[in-house]
Amino acid sequence: MIKLLLKNFKERVIYCLIIFSTLVTVGILLWIFVFIVKNGIMHLNLKFLLSNYSGDETGIFPMIINTLIVIVSTIIIAVPIGVSTAIYLTEYGENGRIILVVRFAVELLAGIPSIIYGLFGMVLFVTILNFNWSILSGTLTLSIMILPVIIRTTEEALISVPKEYREGSLSLGVSKIRTIIKVVIPSAKAGILTGIILAMGRVSGETAAVYLTVGMVPRIAKGFLESGRTLSVHMYLLAKEGISFEEAYATATVLLLITLMLNQIVKVVSRNEGN
Amino acid sequence: MGNKNVLEINNLNLFYGDFQALKGIDIEIERNQVTALIGPSGCGKSTFLRTLNRMNDLIDNVKVNGNVILDDIDIYKDINLLDLRKRVGMVFQKPNPFPMSIYENVAYGPKAHGIKNKATLYKIVEENLKKAVLWDEVKDRLNKSALGLSGGQQQRLCIARALAVEPEVILMDEPTASLDPIATLKIEELINELKKKYSIIIVTHSMQQAGRISDKTAFFLMGEIIEYSKTSKLFSNPKEKKTEDYITGKFG
Repeated sequence: MIKLLLKNFKERVIYCLIIFSTLVTVGILLWIFVFIVKNGIMHLNLKFLLSNYSGDETGIFPMIINTLIVIVSTIIIAVPIGVSTAIYLTEYGENGRIILVVRFAVELLAGIPSIIYGLFGMVLFVTILNFNWSILSGTLTLSIMILPVIIRTTEEALISVPKEYREGSLSLGVSKIRTIIKVVIPSAKAGILTGIILAMGRVSGETAAVYLTVGMVPRIAKGFLESGRTLSVHMYLLAKEGISFEEAYATATVLLLITLMLNQIVKVVSRNEGN
Repeated sequence: MGNKNVLEINNLNLFYGDFQALKGIDIEIERNQVTALIGPSGCGKSTFLRTLNRMNDLIDNVKVNGNVILDDIDIYKDINLLDLRKRVGMVFQKPNPFPMSIYENVAYGPKAHGIKNKATLYKIVEENLKKAVLWDEVKDRLNKSALGLSGGQQQRLCIARALAVEPEVILMDEPTASLDPIATLKIEELINELKKKYSIIIVTHSMQQAGRISDKTAFFLMGEIIEYSKTSKLFSNPKEKKTEDYITGKFG
């Protein structure tokens, strides 16, 4: 009897702890969100969104554009490489040494803090290759940084494609590469897209690596060899230099909205998969 | 092509690593007949079926020796793998339509083999869905996902998909194992119809099914063919004691 009571008591304690943890997590998230939006929304208006950052103007239009340029070009470079690597690992690798080495490299890349990518990019792309602080240097650095995310999510998506699909296609005398392109990848599309969107989220929020490679010129970059400032770097400077916390909060709100938008895209994509 | 046998298999051995799954298989498969392969689980009948279109090649550590002759061609030596699989089609245990439309499923093979003309493709799709006795049920929803079909319809779609690349031989690996009796009956009727144009080899767990649909039956046990003869003869008057024990349900 006492044993039973004790067991019940234990279960209750554990249950309470789980609920408590959940509340803390959700609470903190909500608090951050509300705090930022509350402080940022007051400063947020069309003029702030659409004007430049020079002279009297304190708009973030160039930063929005630079952020989008960096995200899109990084995705364009990293996705083909990452997806191809994942295809090689899941479809062609036969437990060989190369696979082990590549897997290990991917794990390693995934665990490296972004500032180290930044330093690496600064040394290699900015200095040695003489790309200077530019969209190009940043894009290349960020591409390397998000490769593990894309490779891992794509790999998982490919592995979850039923082997029956592959057999069905191969049994029709269809080549392996065509099977992969026509059946396997379309079946894994939602998972691959989720990985891409996660990677976009990481790029949009990245500061250290961008700061060290793209630089911080608050203008729209007119070419890939020009420097520019992204939203997250802008925010960092506004806060660190104590220029304006209001603007920093407003910028943060914009960045949050962009992230939310990306999340929304994930949901739409996975919903489409269900149909 | 005048040869009565579509496939001749001589002294075929197959190893998974050190384990010998097929031991000295000798068998001749007749053209335009239904040949059933029966035997208890793990006896090698599915493995044998998969040597005929070289699906075992997909598995690591598999070694095959011996000859499999398809119309005078040794399929392990003298033919391109893709051509072989075009000529020897396969229908699987679990219906495996691709997550595409019904139309795209059937057009998939022909497209891969270079047919681009829309009208030709449509004709191929219609013709093969009719052959698989599915056309009337799906003609109004060819562009709907194949995954919305019932299990039996999906399996007939897979048969249509296999037929669309114009094989000579169709391998069926327990094609009705996951279907209800009515859907099973439809597939069996279909097999009976298809044998006029194709040679069919079917693995089945059900001896009744083998009895209903096949002309010849091979009984597999522990990687060997124990007995191979006319189905009616094998079931009514087996030569081997082991066959008799199996078909009368003493083991299995």
